Amino acid sequence: MRTETQRSVVRDNDERISNPRFETMDKGMAEARSIVDAAGLEALRGQGYALIGPTVRDEAIVYDEIATLDDLPRGVGDEQDGGHYRLTRRNDEALFGYVVGPQSWKKLLHPPVLRLWRARREGDELRVEAEPARVEKFAFIGARSCELHAIAIQDRVFLGGAYADPHYRARREDVFIVAVNCGVAGGACFCVSMDTGPKATMGFDIALTEIVAGSSFLVEIGTDAGRALLDSLPHRAASASETEEAEAILAHTAENMGRSLEAGDVRELLARNLDHPRWDDVAARCLACTNCTMVCPTCFCTSVEDASDLTGLESERSRRWDSCFTLDFSYIHGGSVRQSVKSRYRQWMTHKLSTWYDQFGSSGCVGCGRCIVWCPVGIDLTEEARAIRESDAQKGAT
Amino acid sequence: MADAFSAASIADPMIPRVARVVKRRREIADVVTLEIEGGAFDFAPGQFNMLTAFGVGEAAISVSGDPANSARLVHTIRAVGAVSRALTELHVGEPIGLRGPFGRGWPMQEAEGSDVIVVAGGLGLAPLRPALYRLFAEREKYGRILLLFGARSPADILFRDELEAWRGRLDIEVVATVDHARGDWRGNVGVVTTLLSRAQFSASNALAMLCGPEIMMRFVANALLERGVAQERVYLSMERNMKCAIGWCGHCQFGPVFICRDGPVFPYSQLRGLIAKKEI
Repeated sequence: MRTETQRSVVRDNDERISNPRFETMDKGMAEARSIVDAAGLEALRGQGYALIGPTVRDEAIVYDEIATLDDLPRGVGDEQDGGHYRLTRRNDEALFGYVVGPQSWKKLLHPPVLRLWRARREGDELRVEAEPARVEKFAFIGARSCELHAIAIQDRVFLGGAYADPHYRARREDVFIVAVNCGVAGGACFCVSMDTGPKATMGFDIALTEIVAGSSFLVEIGTDAGRALLDSLPHRAASASETEEAEAILAHTAENMGRSLEAGDVRELLARNLDHPRWDDVAARCLACTNCTMVCPTCFCTSVEDASDLTGLESERSRRWDSCFTLDFSYIHGGSVRQSVKSRYRQWMTHKLSTWYDQFGSSGCVGCGRCIVWCPVGIDLTEEARAIRESDAQKGAT
Repeated sequence: MADAFSAASIADPMIPRVARVVKRRREIADVVTLEIEGGAFDFAPGQFNMLTAFGVGEAAISVSGDPANSARLVHTIRAVGAVSRALTELHVGEPIGLRGPFGRGWPMQEAEGSDVIVVAGGLGLAPLRPALYRLFAEREKYGRILLLFGARSPADILFRDELEAWRGRLDIEVVATVDHARGDWRGNVGVVTTLLSRAQFSASNALAMLCGPEIMMRFVANALLERGVAQERVYLSMERNMKCAIGWCGHCQFGPVFICRDGPVFPYSQLRGLIAKKEI
């Protein structure tokens, strides 16, 4: 990753008129002011990328294939809190005036359901055919800093060990990432606590800061591919005041985190408090619905399912997201290891904030707040960690 | 972003290779040993494979055969669920899917020069049998060898012919016990820990290999520690739900470790803090 950062401003200005790239643009397009971004998207599509970005569906921001800039949520904001999510109307035309929704890029890199192989019996022979890895390239438009950290965490899970997952690798290695630095902080955000945001510092090809809502973006370059994209767009050097404006926006976001977590020693705190009474307390509220694990951008657990046709000649195996909140997850003959909801919540939270360090060398939490927002009863892991800290077993002993 | 991609193996570790059942033997009521051929099967004692009954599913099964024989792979399987039942019902000549071998096995090298105490409970003898074959094959490398075996009842004694043959050797000590028995049983009755108190070994130079129900291993480990065996020299083979065997599916987590990848064999010193806790 390049450390040098080139700052330029891409904006809707007269430059585009003389650029042949824009000559085919429909002058009557309602969002003509945004063609800077549209041009960027078009350029990526020309390079064979499927463009995936935020769009509004079912009253939420979701990540889906986008065709034009019209698909991006313009002037949309959001309101997030424990068990609470609402889209709002902003009083500007911002394209990225909201934070993360229920989905993460995980659904594209580590799909919810994936066939692994098919087997066919032919006479006495049985042949196993691996599912081909996906060849289409993704361009992620609008990935946030916490999400880049989440992707890096899943890279360590699926690519960092003795084996590499060929499906994850195929999806991951050609991704072009357009990061967006967060101009607002969500009600459940705590990336500042986890040191994962709000400014994108790694894992992107280009990063944008929306300095004039809906029209001007400060651009930073992360890779040669990012530089090539920028070179293909009309742009000019950013002025000192524009750079300062971007920094001010990010400072404001950082100061307005909806949540906080004392992350420095939470690994040790949870490891020594496995018998803390707070686990009973949270278990009384937790529905074991698995929502937190589904929306979490780093949760990676899966199960496999085999199926066969009626003749028994063909069979296949699929892998699907699984959750440590199900009773089945820990089943061995004789019964499940984690019978109680208490033990399942404890497994999830201690894994995320504590044992993840042992396994993968970092926290498993990026502070995106999704697990808080999408918990139907609003359980908040920052609050649970705080409660444990307040009556820490070790503190009590001293 | 090329730096995110390590030099990890390109081959897809989730794809089973197809082998064939060449021999099937019923050991006890619900336990079957399958012998499989179809390639070279190098493995270390204590490692396991993921076996597929096509169309039904996959299960983690320890290798129970001789590590010196890489042409034929042996697994001993108890029918406890849909997949394991389907595996035990495979006939000779039928295809079987195989991924592996996986995991860290028994510390055979570390055991050299030591008294080796092997304690098995029930089907736990199966993952220990490759270690026993190795111990017997390289008998001169080890001190005393003790095999303590416990089963629920005389009818549950696994590999009985072999156990009796081993008991006839003068260079190893084999003791078996059952939890309960009817009047026609003339052997020991009681849990396997009771055998330990009579066992002769040099605690300061002993290494133990334990496999069986978790509670049995915990009691045996604690009894060994009381006898003065170092907790780093007491090894346990753990069992958890497994769907991948390579640290991706998350099912086999036991606190900080993945049983599949970091185990299944662990020194007691690594497990001790968590194994006594419930529902980890």
